[in-house]
Amino acid sequence: MIATAGAYAGWQSRKLPLGSLDNPGPGYMPLILATLLFVLGLVVAVAGRQSQPLAQIRWPELRHAIAILGTCAFAALAIEPLGYRLTVAIMLVFLVGVIERKPPLPVILVAAGMSLGSYWLFATLLKVPLPPGLFGI
Amino acid sequence: MVETFHNLMLGFSVALAPDVLMYAVIGCVIGTLVGMLPGLGPLAGISMLLPATFGMSPVIAIVLLAGVYYGAMYGGSTTSILMRIPGEAASVMTCIDGYAMTQNGRAGAALFIAAVGSFIAGTVSVVALMLLAPWLATFALRFGPPEYSALLCLGLLVLAYMSSGSIPKTLAMAVLGLFLGMIGIDSMSGYSRFSFGINDLSDGLGIVPVAVGLFGVAEILLTAGQEFPPTVQKPKMRELLPTRQECRDSALPIARGTVLGFLIGIIPGSAHIISSFVSYGVERRLSKHPERFGKGAVEGVAGPESANNSAACGAFVPMLALGLPSGPITAVMLAALMVHGVSPGPLMIQNQPELFWGFIASMYIGNVVLLILNLPLVGLFVNLLRVPYSYLYPLVIVFCLLGVYAVAQSVVDVWIMLGMGVLGYGLRKLDFEAAPIVLGLILAPILEQSLRQSLAMSSGSYAILVTRPISATLFAVAALLIAWSLVSLFTKKKDWRKEVGLAEQPGE
Repeated sequence: MIATAGAYAGWQSRKLPLGSLDNPGPGYMPLILATLLFVLGLVVAVAGRQSQPLAQIRWPELRHAIAILGTCAFAALAIEPLGYRLTVAIMLVFLVGVIERKPPLPVILVAAGMSLGSYWLFATLLKVPLPPGLFGI
Repeated sequence: MVETFHNLMLGFSVALAPDVLMYAVIGCVIGTLVGMLPGLGPLAGISMLLPATFGMSPVIAIVLLAGVYYGAMYGGSTTSILMRIPGEAASVMTCIDGYAMTQNGRAGAALFIAAVGSFIAGTVSVVALMLLAPWLATFALRFGPPEYSALLCLGLLVLAYMSSGSIPKTLAMAVLGLFLGMIGIDSMSGYSRFSFGINDLSDGLGIVPVAVGLFGVAEILLTAGQEFPPTVQKPKMRELLPTRQECRDSALPIARGTVLGFLIGIIPGSAHIISSFVSYGVERRLSKHPERFGKGAVEGVAGPESANNSAACGAFVPMLALGLPSGPITAVMLAALMVHGVSPGPLMIQNQPELFWGFIASMYIGNVVLLILNLPLVGLFVNLLRVPYSYLYPLVIVFCLLGVYAVAQSVVDVWIMLGMGVLGYGLRKLDFEAAPIVLGLILAPILEQSLRQSLAMSSGSYAILVTRPISATLFAVAALLIAWSLVSLFTKKKDWRKEVGLAEQPGE
């Protein structure tokens, strides 16, 4: 995989001018690094023959991880149109209420407390710019 | 010496100003909490606080962030000892004997030794930092592009050699990081590289989204699905005092851990993590009863805990004296200084003595604050660990999102964080280290610029890198290091890392 990444990086670097040795261009360093990445990828692949086979690696947390990533992807899409507070509240309701199946009251308390509390602390008190979102909520 | 004393007095006059003192204490408290919470290491903590420091003075910003850094070193030991969960990576080795001591009913003594060891190591290493950094800064004025190129190459090789994983894997990750550092506009020619038409990528990949993704998000993805929540023990105040024998057994490990940690801390890489591994290995090797290790040996707590605190201070030497970050954490702190228009490097100590010496003095104060926090208030902090992880990790995820978005108000950064989270998760599962990627990303622009300038200076001759005395010496050390690792490969001699237990995993 590393060698493939190196090969791809080298292929992408071809569009950049290499320059000369006394005046290296923007493509000079990327080409060196892509070559190094390719070579190291091959070394890792050869050395990896003695290590644990890929099929033996267990992924018990994968479903949980995908759900968390999906929630974060939603947050990335929603944070600017919906605003910080609403996005975080929805995120927490989903993570704590749906994925972790906690009772409704703690879910509401955590979602409301965290979204409003962190906004107040960072945006109001520490002047960190966070999107206010729809209708200023 | 007199000049150093005068400078230190200047530093204390800055650090004891009420507002600076207050932020030092806040930083230590946040750091302790961040260090205790699994998934939120010092890096994620500092990254999240970074936007909040934009409105502060540079002195307060650096004092706050440094407080978080070494506070996390203290805090990480609490979860390791009480729950066998390393709050942050440097506390992994403390888990082994710290938790065994808890099971033997010696949790209080383990916490006491860890806190006192951390305090001694932190204080002594600040003295070393105070003496070494100005000297190194003066020496670094002789550095030109070839010397910086040599230093960075040596740093990356040392990182690979010192890491607990395989050398080719670590080097591959470092090169991947260097390549990621090529993304964005080339500062020397103005060409846009690998940005695929995305405007937000013109400035390159930010350190914060990459670091938070690789460490914070990846950790959550790995740990959130755990089936059995860990139990917490709350030590009583009267159990805190160690026995006379435990004190005697800890004295030398603390001293060795302090020296070892500081020296490793100066070297680029995840020094505080490596130092605790090396210290544990050294203590076990030097012990007359190595069979006690893993069953509650107090040396196994005292050594690594002192080493990781000492390394945290050592990491500031290249950052303050050379303007070179020795790892992701110092890189984010450098970014914080640059936001305020401060350029760390050889001239900073001369031009802004109040910043440098104020920072040094605040570290002395921080160590005292942390000792006070970590002994009498440990019971209070432990209550935080009672919050179920199913409530805790969603909050950590929100903090990651907030920290990354707030740095540049960029949704692209949030996507980068998620991408890096997936990459970090995959790499951890496949036994790769993520820290070299971040280090490579940070060093890439400096390495590229110094290498291209060196070649321009020599009309295209690479000989310039080995004909100037300082760079030739640095490359000779790098060559020795490569030769050394090849010798152990061909002679089938046990690698030094295995000898000191660096390649060992906790729980073995």
